[in-house]
Amino acid sequence: MEAEAAKLIGAGLATSGMIGAGVGLGVLFGNYLQAAIRNPSAAASQQPMLFLGMALTETMGLFAFVVSLLILFVF
Amino acid sequence: MAEAPKIDPMHQFLIQKIWDGPVFQVGGLTFDMSITNSVASMLVGATVLVLFFLLSARREVVPNRAQVAAESLYNIVDGVLVTPIIGAHGRPYIPYLFTLFCTVFVLNLMGVVLSVGSLAGQTWTFTVTSQLAITATLAVLTFFSVFILGFIKHGPKFLTLFWVPGMGVLGGAAMVIIEMISYFVRPVTLAMRLFGNMMGGHVVLSLFGSFVVGLGVLAFSGGLATLAIIPATLSFAMIVALTGLELVVALLQAFVFVALATVYLNEVVNFGHGH
Repeated sequence: MEAEAAKLIGAGLATSGMIGAGVGLGVLFGNYLQAAIRNPSAAASQQPMLFLGMALTETMGLFAFVVSLLILFVF
Repeated sequence: MAEAPKIDPMHQFLIQKIWDGPVFQVGGLTFDMSITNSVASMLVGATVLVLFFLLSARREVVPNRAQVAAESLYNIVDGVLVTPIIGAHGRPYIPYLFTLFCTVFVLNLMGVVLSVGSLAGQTWTFTVTSQLAITATLAVLTFFSVFILGFIKHGPKFLTLFWVPGMGVLGGAAMVIIEMISYFVRPVTLAMRLFGNMMGGHVVLSLFGSFVVGLGVLAFSGGLATLAIIPATLSFAMIVALTGLELVVALLQAFVFVALATVYLNEVVNFGHGH
């Protein structure tokens, strides 16, 4: 297999890391919504935490994306 | 009809010199004082920031819109981040955290809003924070400032940060290694998070722009290919939606950077005790 073909396959496979990020984000927001509907008055105070958690989880998906771009364009 | 240009989303990240400056050697290091598009963007960002706060720093009891905007930005760092996370002991560090927040926010925003692209074949302002060198500098600066501050405030006792109690000698030693690894990977994750978000967002935007141009050129070549105007329009709608998302991400990534810096600072400031 030539290097160019292997690069393209590798870049495609690397994006499968975003599965975890998607699942994590869904769990996070789902739990927030569930708790917010039970206790609406406390929901707004936890919104900064929600966005912080969202960004941290998103980071993992982004690492997978960056590795994919690295394989495609740098190597 | 002309050929569509090659799809090259990574070209926007090239550093190009705008003005050649002097190059001098100090010891073994070369300092190249040219103005590149990265330097020009940072200068524009700094000017915008300083001008905004000079013009909006008033003491009206009933504030005008600029003052409300400036005070809201300050409240994000002070009221939402530092005071809940660190408490009153964190107030001396607000200037640094606020500067960090405004810097990252303005640089992120400039990549979306102020991108003066392709004038005379050059891109004169571009997303500074999509360069790993810039985000790594900010991350390393923040992390090592906090780390050294720990030693200044608490002396060598600060190293007990890595000791997890209640595991015995062997388990404790293993935990120290794991804790140290997860501690020293922090500047890496800080840098990579901001870099990945900014670069990823701009690559996707550039890619959809290439789709619009490519599909549009295909549509104009006549015949059945005229149907290609539909995906071209859809790609354009995606660009509008993605730009909105990029604006949100610009603020969010600045917020997350400073939130994490505040959490790391909290471990040093409130070391050994709670709030």
